[in-house]
Amino acid sequence: MSDATPARGLLRTLRAILGRSYPRIIGANRDKSWLFYDTVLPLLGTIAFVYVYKALGAPERFVGYVIMGGATVAFWMNVMWSMAAQFYWDKQGGNLELYMVVPCGIPAILLGMSFGGFVGTVIRAIAIVAIGSLLFNVNYSVSQWPVFLLVFGIAIVALYGLGVTFASLFLMWGREAWHMANLFMEPVFFLSGFYFPVRALGFWAGMGASLIPLTLALDAMRQLLFPGTHPPFLPLGTELGILAGLALMFIVLARFLLKKMEYLARREGRLSLRF
Amino acid sequence: MPVPAIETKELVREYRTKRSPQNPSGAPVVALDGVTLDVPQGELFGLLGPNGAGKTTLIKVLVTLLLPTRGAAKVLGLDVVGQAQQIRERISMVSGGEHSGYGILTVREQLWMFSQFYGLPSKPALARIDELLQVVGLFEERHRRTSALSTGMRQRMNLVRGLLPDPEVLFLDEPTVGLDVTAARDIRAYIKEWIRMKPGRTILLTTHYMREAEELCDRVSIIHKGRIIASDAPATLKRRASGGTYFLLTTETLDGISLAGLPGVQRADTRALDGRMELRLELAEDGAIAGVVKVLADSNRRIFSLQKVEPTLEEVFVQLVGQRLEEADERKAGP
Repeated sequence: MSDATPARGLLRTLRAILGRSYPRIIGANRDKSWLFYDTVLPLLGTIAFVYVYKALGAPERFVGYVIMGGATVAFWMNVMWSMAAQFYWDKQGGNLELYMVVPCGIPAILLGMSFGGFVGTVIRAIAIVAIGSLLFNVNYSVSQWPVFLLVFGIAIVALYGLGVTFASLFLMWGREAWHMANLFMEPVFFLSGFYFPVRALGFWAGMGASLIPLTLALDAMRQLLFPGTHPPFLPLGTELGILAGLALMFIVLARFLLKKMEYLARREGRLSLRF
Repeated sequence: MPVPAIETKELVREYRTKRSPQNPSGAPVVALDGVTLDVPQGELFGLLGPNGAGKTTLIKVLVTLLLPTRGAAKVLGLDVVGQAQQIRERISMVSGGEHSGYGILTVREQLWMFSQFYGLPSKPALARIDELLQVVGLFEERHRRTSALSTGMRQRMNLVRGLLPDPEVLFLDEPTVGLDVTAARDIRAYIKEWIRMKPGRTILLTTHYMREAEELCDRVSIIHKGRIIASDAPATLKRRASGGTYFLLTTETLDGISLAGLPGVQRADTRALDGRMELRLELAEDGAIAGVVKVLADSNRRIFSLQKVEPTLEEVFVQLVGQRLEEADERKAGP
């Protein structure tokens, strides 16, 4: 059963991605509670911000900002809790040790996790945007769909690359990393400008926050959704270039960390609860 | 000559620990202490020992989940440190009490998911899943969610998962732990069948059930406190136990009849038992019992019972370790 040829190896990786994404996709279909927890609850938080802006008499586009932010939160939550933290749960359940000894390797498992999670999250994000936009009558005027999709695509690659980076840390530190993920949530909500234009933070704080791929992605998408009215943090092309750089950086970093952490985890005996 | 399925030389695995009241020096815990093993291909090899003896640690090193601290370990001639990926292509592992997978999936879906990690094309994978589910008696449950399976059903499903990629070496870590008698018997029966079906398949089985090791294994190693203290075929190990095989015979009182000098009788111990006499006879060979029976018959002594008693692995274990396996388990668990 040795898969020696690269073609067979690639086929196996693709099959493993599909295999691991399956529970994520089918799970969303079987357990409908996510409709409430992942769509209605985030929407309530988003609506609260909408009313804050309305009470302040902010321009209409701010309602659109908030709804976009609400939809993007779903991706961040997915990356942190269903991807990075997943290894913690997988270790508790005994899956992690099996994932380590299957020949497809951990990267294929992680890609499967990402793909499955992404499919589910896209549906959630679309639901949040559709319901929010209908409720508050938001109009978008996307003039450059291909660029919009490109920004979104690169941002997702960078975001899930960050997710893999975190997952590799979880491989080693488990519970401690789980607490760290918890610690990241609110600061990231704030710094990435989920509910306001990141330009409001000032240039240097905004640049620092740009390490989180969602910061520039949100700003770029807002530039494309509300052309002429959104105050950009950086020019669209620059944001796109930085996002591409972040995507590349996180992929390389994730690859390196996964190898390193797997080695350390094997050395320290962190891949299994039972020895 | 084919390479051994499993080979370890002076294998040591230590765990770093923090200082604690139980371990004030913070000295590393030695889980494996110079383990040397050689398991040829095609063998069902058992590792027998109490909880905490090092059985699971040894398996985790061999399946590439743990790095050795010192020494060497190879699976199918491949080094567990430098050739982990090549090893993973050719092995599989099933642990007892395992709760792997996702409860939201059905049995068939869960097994399909794992088959994809081995790169098996879906159609033949599903056909093989159905075939194996039939064999382990789980076919009727194939559309049931795994969260609704009993422990025995789950363990059968896990066994199917382990067999799906048709591994060259299968590692079974306490595969029948916690199972009822029927489920454990079914699993043992299939393990025996699986290894006989294709020559060259190898199984390393850890267990702390003596009967399981006796019933299944071609050879057994007894592991205690991280060290292998004996290795051989179960029958040979039992023969080596002092006392060996003996006959237990109950008859009327002997009244001066001496059996000790009879040909082939190496030792004859007697004790009174409710007005009868119980004889414990150690013989040079089984046929010598005929001479004993003849002497008793000629002396008009009735024989009430005659039984050949063979030592068990349990007795071998007690002689080697100085305590019964359950006692070793309890001591490990501690108060």
